[in-house]
Amino acid sequence: MPSMKKELLTFFLFAMAVVIAPLFFSGGYLMNVLVFVGINTMLAVALNLLLGFAGQISLGHAAFFGLGAYISGVLTATCGYSPWLTLIIASTATSVLAFVLGFPILKLKGHYLAMATLGFGIIVYIAFNETVDITAGPSGLTGIPNYSIGSFQFDSDTKNYYLIWAFTLVTILLSVNLANSRIGRALRAIHDSETAARVMGVNAGFLKVQIFTLSALISSVAGCLYAHTMTFISPASFGFNFSIELVTMVVVGGLGSIYGSFFGAALLTLLPEFLRTFQDFDILVYGLILILMIMFMPGGIVRGIPEIAGALLPAFKRTRGENA
Amino acid sequence: MLRADGITKTFGGLTALEDVSFSVRDEEITGIIGPNGAGKTTLFNIITGLYTQSEGKIFLGDKDVSGFPPEKLARLGLVRTFQNIELFGQMTVLENIMVGLHTRSRSGIVSCAFKLPGHLKEERKIRANAAEWMDFCGISDLSGVAAGNLPFGKGRLLEIARAMALAPRVILMDEPAAGLNSRETEHLADLIRKIRESGVTVVLVEHDMELIMDICDSIVVLNLGRKLAEGTPREIQENPEVIAAYLGSD
Amino acid sequence: MNFASQILQYLLSGLSTGAIYSLIGLGFAIIFNSTGIINFAQGEFVMLGGMLTYFFLSVVKVPFAAAMLLAVITSTATGVIFERLAIRPLKQPTHLNLVIITIGGSIFIRGLAMIVWGKDTHTIPTFYGSAPITLEGATILPQHLWIFGITFLVIIINKLFFFYSISGKAMRACAYNRNAASLVGIDVKRMVLFSFAISSSMGAIAGMIAAPLTMTSYDVGIMLGLKGFCAAIIGGMSGGIGTVLGGMILGVLESMGAGLISSGYKDAIAFIILLLILFVRPQGLFRKAETERV
Repeated sequence: MPSMKKELLTFFLFAMAVVIAPLFFSGGYLMNVLVFVGINTMLAVALNLLLGFAGQISLGHAAFFGLGAYISGVLTATCGYSPWLTLIIASTATSVLAFVLGFPILKLKGHYLAMATLGFGIIVYIAFNETVDITAGPSGLTGIPNYSIGSFQFDSDTKNYYLIWAFTLVTILLSVNLANSRIGRALRAIHDSETAARVMGVNAGFLKVQIFTLSALISSVAGCLYAHTMTFISPASFGFNFSIELVTMVVVGGLGSIYGSFFGAALLTLLPEFLRTFQDFDILVYGLILILMIMFMPGGIVRGIPEIAGALLPAFKRTRGENA
Repeated sequence: MLRADGITKTFGGLTALEDVSFSVRDEEITGIIGPNGAGKTTLFNIITGLYTQSEGKIFLGDKDVSGFPPEKLARLGLVRTFQNIELFGQMTVLENIMVGLHTRSRSGIVSCAFKLPGHLKEERKIRANAAEWMDFCGISDLSGVAAGNLPFGKGRLLEIARAMALAPRVILMDEPAAGLNSRETEHLADLIRKIRESGVTVVLVEHDMELIMDICDSIVVLNLGRKLAEGTPREIQENPEVIAAYLGSD
Repeated sequence: MNFASQILQYLLSGLSTGAIYSLIGLGFAIIFNSTGIINFAQGEFVMLGGMLTYFFLSVVKVPFAAAMLLAVITSTATGVIFERLAIRPLKQPTHLNLVIITIGGSIFIRGLAMIVWGKDTHTIPTFYGSAPITLEGATILPQHLWIFGITFLVIIINKLFFFYSISGKAMRACAYNRNAASLVGIDVKRMVLFSFAISSSMGAIAGMIAAPLTMTSYDVGIMLGLKGFCAAIIGGMSGGIGTVLGGMILGVLESMGAGLISSGYKDAIAFIILLLILFVRPQGLFRKAETERV
């Protein structure tokens, strides 16, 4: 099947680019940033499955990210468990929470769902801040160990880059597979018309909960990776602002486009670095990006740029019929 | 095939349906007609699981399916189309029909994510099957078009193709001729007959009297929430109460 | 202070905060009822009310009453501009797009406020009178009475406007059925503009009367906005007495919870209530459930 080969080829090329990249950037600040691009890509893809495919708004996804980070962080730093074990514990616990919460929350639609997820996110954030005995509160949790395999420690940016991107690439591959499958179609059907999807036999209620859980699972794994890379976490990273950032990444990249989420994540991780000189303006620019994106490119970069290119260059118009 | 037994539905103070009973025979085309406000769409929504009746039962074959949600009814072979077509606008024509095949496949999240071999075989079957249904309804040339961009008449055909892909025992159509011109309506009539020939029972709610009288084997007439009459087209046409209820043609 | 006085204290301060939440909640309800949009930027108008009053008063050095008036006018103008530039031209007004664009608007306004006024907190003086009043062992400040009074006034004006003026009735018509409203000649776009104008001015007033007690800074909008929304949900988005009660209930529960259980979790209380209401009774406490027509 030609489209399947195209999928695999795209993934292969992307993976190659990821593997080779450090050779150009090794050592130095940019490596650290690319590590975050990896984490944010993972988070954006996870959110995209829920937001872009199934069409369910979540403004509280930072909570799952934070739960993964804190559960793994606390169990390793305070209780001395192995980070690999706590990865499994944290992701399982977060997934169970998401599964249980998913049923009542996903009965809501539109604005109400947005608000409920927002509320959930804020409750979790407040909990991180207030349970000082466990989480060390606003000043943050220190002493989180790096991952290690035997005597090999993931203690440098380059090593963590490969570790994190390994997980991210797996996430991308699985998500692309899912997107182009029967389940992916069912999700998009729910997005376009939940009623019609149900009439066609899609168990919309349960499928939404499943994808919500999967999304939370991936986000919590990203949280664990984040905690053990940074070795320090604080509640500030897991609040409402970050949840909005994630939504922005997905929207900017393009709802329903897995690779779009990478672009969105990359853009929004790198942008603050460039805006560092205009420090006070970062919030402003952020809000502006959101507004302009929705107004002019609601389909995201992945669809918007080809559209603009097609409109600006008449020569391309003739071949437009071939572009999907 | 399908039986409604004493269906009553009240919305707050309004009684939309009162003690409606009728049956639909296998492999026949049954029409439900009635003046505006008679309760046809409410009845339809109850049978197809979108509303719950206040009283009464629905039987599919021998099975009591009262209160079953649409997804459960789909697995038992009951499907419907919508008056304001509910297509998956962002998906292509082919993909829309492939969703219709959802109940004919079983790969779950894990199987799809990891592209397990069972899933691949299934995908191929789904694709082939969908192509067949596009053919059946005569829209194969529109395979890659986004459903939201289809002209209205083609959109209707897609809705039917998608519903048929489910391989239902009974298909319920909500005003399928609404918005179609006379040529498209004729085509629709042929398609509905073709569906009956393939062994599927058809129930339709319609206002287009010509179409109803032309293709229906049996007609149920509703008025003001009650069943007024049930019988062959001839019997209905000659029924004085029906004529009175409509006060003239159409 | 004995226990009864403590409870009374919490009750009174809760009612006062609740009044603020009611005003903000009404702002949400008004826009929602005319347009179906939840304006996530509502909280920022509350912030602007307080910050602009501070600005006109302390920087531009205008008399107090004038500062308040200017603040309301500027906030309303911001609301109108926002509607014109960001909401109206929207090509695909899906839920998600509207949520994101109003969030974007709120972030933008907040960012602008931060650049212009910095991150410091500011105060504005209380309105007339500053001697505390004691009541059965509980203390309230005159400002609390101002809050109650002004909220009451705004609610009455609101009610009169919506039920007795032509524009108000037109806006309600849009809320019930947009298409029918435009068919009878109501300029729906204008009504939408009005609803944004009214909501932003109400938000500004809320911010202004609260600021003397709670201080104001560029980021107070977020929490206040969200809590105002909670009030609206609890009361059922009706925009009437239900929303007001919703705000009061929220304020009192929050105050009681903070006083009796823990102050750190104070903010969480509002959201826990929000989730409970959304899960159990999404139409709010005071409304009957709606049936959806297919």
